[in-house]
Amino acid sequence: MGLLTGLKDSISRAASTLFSEEDPKRIGIYGPPNAGKTTLANRIARDWTGDAVGPESHVPHETRRARRKEDVEIERDGKTVNIDIVDTPGVTTKVDYTEFLEHDMEKDDAVRRSREATEGVAEAMHWLREDVDGVIYVLDSSEDPFTQVNTMLIGIIESQDLPVLILANKIDLDESSVQRIRNAFPQHETTPLSALEGDNMDEVYDKIAEYFG
Amino acid sequence: MPEAKHPDDEGVQIDLISAERMDGKTTMEKIRTILDGVRDGNIVVLEAGLTPDEESRLIEVTMTEISPDEFNGIEIETYPQSKTDDSSFLGRLMGSEETKKLTVIGPANQIETLHKDETLISALVSRK
Repeated sequence: MGLLTGLKDSISRAASTLFSEEDPKRIGIYGPPNAGKTTLANRIARDWTGDAVGPESHVPHETRRARRKEDVEIERDGKTVNIDIVDTPGVTTKVDYTEFLEHDMEKDDAVRRSREATEGVAEAMHWLREDVDGVIYVLDSSEDPFTQVNTMLIGIIESQDLPVLILANKIDLDESSVQRIRNAFPQHETTPLSALEGDNMDEVYDKIAEYFG
Repeated sequence: MPEAKHPDDEGVQIDLISAERMDGKTTMEKIRTILDGVRDGNIVVLEAGLTPDEESRLIEVTMTEISPDEFNGIEIETYPQSKTDDSSFLGRLMGSEETKKLTVIGPANQIETLHKDETLISALVSRK
């Protein structure tokens, strides 16, 4: 029994070494606008590389280009999971520039932002079809998850057989309900966190290693 | 769409498109059928819905057509996938993937979803 266990451990260590020398997997961070995708990408990047990925904002569509942070090495239980993080623009089926005017923006800036946002969403969809090996799907747990965009995106991800980790973000908010997300996507495991406060990040990294390692 | 008297100020046109009419169309032909109707201010109802890949491309093409003060995008609603749907790889291989869900698509500034659950979509449609 001891011999077998030792052999299994050796094989597992060899496999993990082999894997760590492979090209890193590209993990796309997807979700609707303002779910906290960039806050999460920055949290992961800062924790493991010391750098940030991009600026965060309460104004929707702050991220209007997919940004890749390469070679993020996450260590879990003596193993190293090497991933590229791709922070993507929030996906939506509509963009109305007048909504940006409510954030004290001039019309020209709002129109430019909306144009960039539409390009960013198209880009995110393209990455999802062609260029990611797995998905971290981020939802704001204080919002209703039963939206068409969430339903469609999860369906698209499932249809491509990509591994998907669903994260219920913003658990620091009073209105947060992780259970609502679990009910909306019962076929997947949901992990709660606050990317802003850094709550429950250990479990998030465990799950990243489990899903993408 | 066949030419029909356009309602203009009189109301909202609803195009109920049968599965048969969409069968055999390529992805882009389906997307054009939908977006041409929606951009004319119509509500398009698809009997059989779209596949996930077609939905992905519909979002992408919609984004390229959004134009300030002219077209803000689409509102799209289907019933959420039932929890018992067989979405396994084998299931899809055997052709049992459940994509045939009634789908409602309209201009984002004219249709608002009031309620949605697994068996009911309730939407408010307004004129342009």
